[in-house]
Amino acid sequence: MNKRAVFKSWWLPVLFALPQLLLILFFFYWPAISVFNWAFTLEPAFGGAGERLFVGFDNFRDVFADSEYWRSVSLSLFFAFTATGLSMFIAFILAICVDRQLKGSSLFRFFYIWPYAIAAPAVGLAFRFIFAPESGLIAVVNTWSPDLWNPAKYGSHAMILVIICFAWKWIGYNFIFMTAGLQSIPRSLLEASSMDGSGPVRRALDIQIPLLAPTLFFLLVLNLTESFVGPDTYGIVDLTTEGGPNKATDVMVYRIVSEAFRGLNYSGAAAQSLVLIGLIMVFTFIQFRFVERRVHYK
Amino acid sequence: MQGFGVKIGLAAGLLAAGFGATPAMAEKVKFEFWYGLSGDLGERVQDACKKFNDSQANFEIVCTSQNGYPETVQNAIAAYRAKKHPAVVQVFDGGTLDLMLSGAFVPAKKLMEDNGYKIDWSNYFPGIANYYATAKGELNSFPFNSSTAMFYYNVDAFTKAGIQGAPETWEDVEAAARKLKAAGYACPFGFSFDSWATVEQFSAIHNQPIATKNNGYDGLDAELTLNKTKLVDHLTFFKKMTDEGLFVVKTKQLGMDVVPAFTSETCQMIQSSIADHGTIGKTIKQGAKWDVTMLPVWKGTARQNSMVGGASLWVLNNRPEAEYKGAAAFLNFIAQPDMVEWWSTVTGYIPVTKTGFEAMKAKGFYDQPAFKGREKAIASLTFTPTSANTRGIRLGGFPQIRKEISDAMEGIFFGKLTVQAGLDQAVERGNVILRRFEKTYAGKVLN
Repeated sequence: MNKRAVFKSWWLPVLFALPQLLLILFFFYWPAISVFNWAFTLEPAFGGAGERLFVGFDNFRDVFADSEYWRSVSLSLFFAFTATGLSMFIAFILAICVDRQLKGSSLFRFFYIWPYAIAAPAVGLAFRFIFAPESGLIAVVNTWSPDLWNPAKYGSHAMILVIICFAWKWIGYNFIFMTAGLQSIPRSLLEASSMDGSGPVRRALDIQIPLLAPTLFFLLVLNLTESFVGPDTYGIVDLTTEGGPNKATDVMVYRIVSEAFRGLNYSGAAAQSLVLIGLIMVFTFIQFRFVERRVHYK
Repeated sequence: MQGFGVKIGLAAGLLAAGFGATPAMAEKVKFEFWYGLSGDLGERVQDACKKFNDSQANFEIVCTSQNGYPETVQNAIAAYRAKKHPAVVQVFDGGTLDLMLSGAFVPAKKLMEDNGYKIDWSNYFPGIANYYATAKGELNSFPFNSSTAMFYYNVDAFTKAGIQGAPETWEDVEAAARKLKAAGYACPFGFSFDSWATVEQFSAIHNQPIATKNNGYDGLDAELTLNKTKLVDHLTFFKKMTDEGLFVVKTKQLGMDVVPAFTSETCQMIQSSIADHGTIGKTIKQGAKWDVTMLPVWKGTARQNSMVGGASLWVLNNRPEAEYKGAAAFLNFIAQPDMVEWWSTVTGYIPVTKTGFEAMKAKGFYDQPAFKGREKAIASLTFTPTSANTRGIRLGGFPQIRKEISDAMEGIFFGKLTVQAGLDQAVERGNVILRRFEKTYAGKVLN
């Protein structure tokens, strides 16, 4: 009765999985283990295992006792949620417009994807020049009223700048998935509802968003994680604000990388990485536990 | 003695060219040199490497820019851990202590002795050598590109505003700034949040400590003290001048750093490295009159020597013995007076040896219009013998402490922090870095 095909050989699947397993081993587990090792010791920059000092939870205690650290955590959370929200919202509007086959849709569909292909540091560099308060393209607003826009001076403006950069880059990515998702929604549903007299907003809220929920959930998890810990965030902050002014954009990833590599404090940075990994796990767990409940896949 | 090495090198080169690739000559020893300079200065390093390779036939140096000082240290560390490190690496002033305690290098003195070079170590300017030397005065690394902070001003603007001569005191700077402002200049004095000129060099020439324990030379348990020195009054003055619009903040984030602000004649006075002398000459509008002078002091201050900035060359250990012969040959090569002169001419960095400087002076180098004023950097560095406060700065994690200082300055000039609160913040955060460094290198003794 049982028609399931069973493969007896055990080495064949292992062989096929091997390249991937090796990659994960070398680029994930190995570094993760060293980080774990460093987090509980005091690691001198050039190494020297003989003198390595086991310090227990000291590194973690130092991290948690630092008020700057908690400020950095809240900045990261604020950044992650705002950047994700902004990016997904704009991408959704664009995707809906393209899906409605407005004039020039195919051209826009082509162009909207581009920003994602640009490396984050390049985005940061370009935005730094565009948004430089004294010499950038935006400098004109400061002639209307001094300091209307000054990310070098005001922490809030600097935060807006990095959020815009991140959102701009990720709109393209979100747009691809949303467009694909929208195209798989049966036309007949939308046509039927428009014959009943519903406008584009009503159709979006009642038909497209619910049917797109799995895609949106996927993008939500991905965007939040990426903005919270991703290399893009680091690249953008490094090139635009360098964490300033006075640490107003000192998000967790930037803090970790600059402490480890600029400050050569490998152990402190390793402890912070572990905390960050923990936070991401909690974060993702919450999303799957509570948000995903509202997602219907079928 | 110095010209001799070159001659031998040249002779060897000629021989090699003459005989073609004889078997003995065919095997050149290759070794690597990583450096942090990029752009125009990076190209000049490449030129130096090429000159060395052309000068002899036994060694080949492969020079690679890592595009930035911190990156060079990071990459060298990563490579050292993977045992694929270069033989020679350029490390900036702030990274000196990290290298000193690493145990990963061959001291300069030992390297040269082992390879049979006789170096007159007292030939290095003490202000430069002390930064990189042990307590006994033995050099760990080779001073390479050295500079100090100077004061640049626009002579055309000064003439227009009716100001005579170079400002020598900060009182003069204030008076000049008021006259320039009255003459319609929007930015009389531009400054950034760079701790090197405004904090470190200021403290040195006013004989103020940055940290206890003789700026860290006497032990890893040093603590920052810059919130209790004349620096507080100095930054209070800066703040007052900024509020009056006489001093203007110029940073990369605002769109223009101090050097471009000076070369575009936006700002009429700045403090910057002598290494920018060449760049300024090349980029400022042709015909514009400008000059350079020593950093001003407060009236009534007995001026001290300023500190050296820039970077030095470290030779890392655990490389094949043959590479050390090459490294020693290279380091000897670039220390020859003609190379010192060439390097100083094309970059703006100062000559690091007394004989190099004297040779350049005798040749009339400093009388040429394009290089006039560069000798003042030497005057500033050698103004007095070094004191405990001007020998250098030997603090762990110093690049990060610099960042804390510039963060605090952002808070002072852009945020709501008072000068005292800002410096207290920098000291408190900086001390945390120092304590962690002390713990990491527990048991190591500064020598």
